[in-house]
Amino acid sequence: MSGPVRLADVAVGTALPEQLYRITRADLVRYAGASGDFNPIHWNERVATEVGLPGVIAHGMFTMALAGRAVTDWTGDPAALVEFQVRFGRPVPVPDDDAGAEVTVRGTVAALLDDGRVRVDLAVTSGGEKVLSLARAVLRLL
Amino acid sequence: MALDRELVGRSYPPSAVYEVGRAKIAEFATAIGDPSPLYRDAGAARAAGHPDVIAPPTFAIAVTLEAAMVVLADPEVAIDYSRVVHGEQRFAHHRPIRAGDRLVATTTIDAARTVAGNDLLTARVDLTTEDGEAVCTATSMLVARA
Repeated sequence: MSGPVRLADVAVGTALPEQLYRITRADLVRYAGASGDFNPIHWNERVATEVGLPGVIAHGMFTMALAGRAVTDWTGDPAALVEFQVRFGRPVPVPDDDAGAEVTVRGTVAALLDDGRVRVDLAVTSGGEKVLSLARAVLRLL
Repeated sequence: MALDRELVGRSYPPSAVYEVGRAKIAEFATAIGDPSPLYRDAGAARAAGHPDVIAPPTFAIAVTLEAAMVVLADPEVAIDYSRVVHGEQRFAHHRPIRAGDRLVATTTIDAARTVAGNDLLTARVDLTTEDGEAVCTATSMLVARA
């Protein structure tokens, strides 16, 4: 690590390193246990298809957590993330195979705010489709 | 069934205390695939200026989701849980959640409206320490599909 990103290092348009994450069914089971969200649409194909989904889908909060990783990996300081919001626009189907689903996170500094804060806008896609919209993080940098 | 606007502003009694454990934070960090030592190693966290290991930014959901569910359990809200999906999520962190925190969640209905037959309900969960220090505000918009 080269130390946390400093306010002086960023400008509007600064791009975060693009991150590619892979989600398998095993990851969903682990996330269910860690988060306490045991909704069966995240682990049971029968229930997922009964409610009209294409199959088992990832927890929206799991996808949000991956978007958060892209931000905190970049800043090097998770405590710098003071606001974080997303809209769950489209589900991420996770096939029952070893490859799972891919989620790509791109981010750009979109605005410099007051008090050392900067706004990062995130583009989060899976299978070429945007899965989160209005995904934004506000960071307080030194 | 349309949501009653009178619900906006309704607040529920504070939750029981949730004590944040180091092992729970590490379990959550592993589940999201994040290897950061700040989530596992108290020495690394102290070197970064924290009193103990801190939690990843979305860890709060492990505490607040259940707190938000009190709204759906309210008989006057009349939402069928099986139709509910998570529409939006927002966190405002006043400081990182850390191991040893004894957190209390207080849930308030921030918004309730019906759009094209879908019920949209926004639940705000204020997480504070037992002593009243503000830690995190987690806002969940839930959608009950028509």
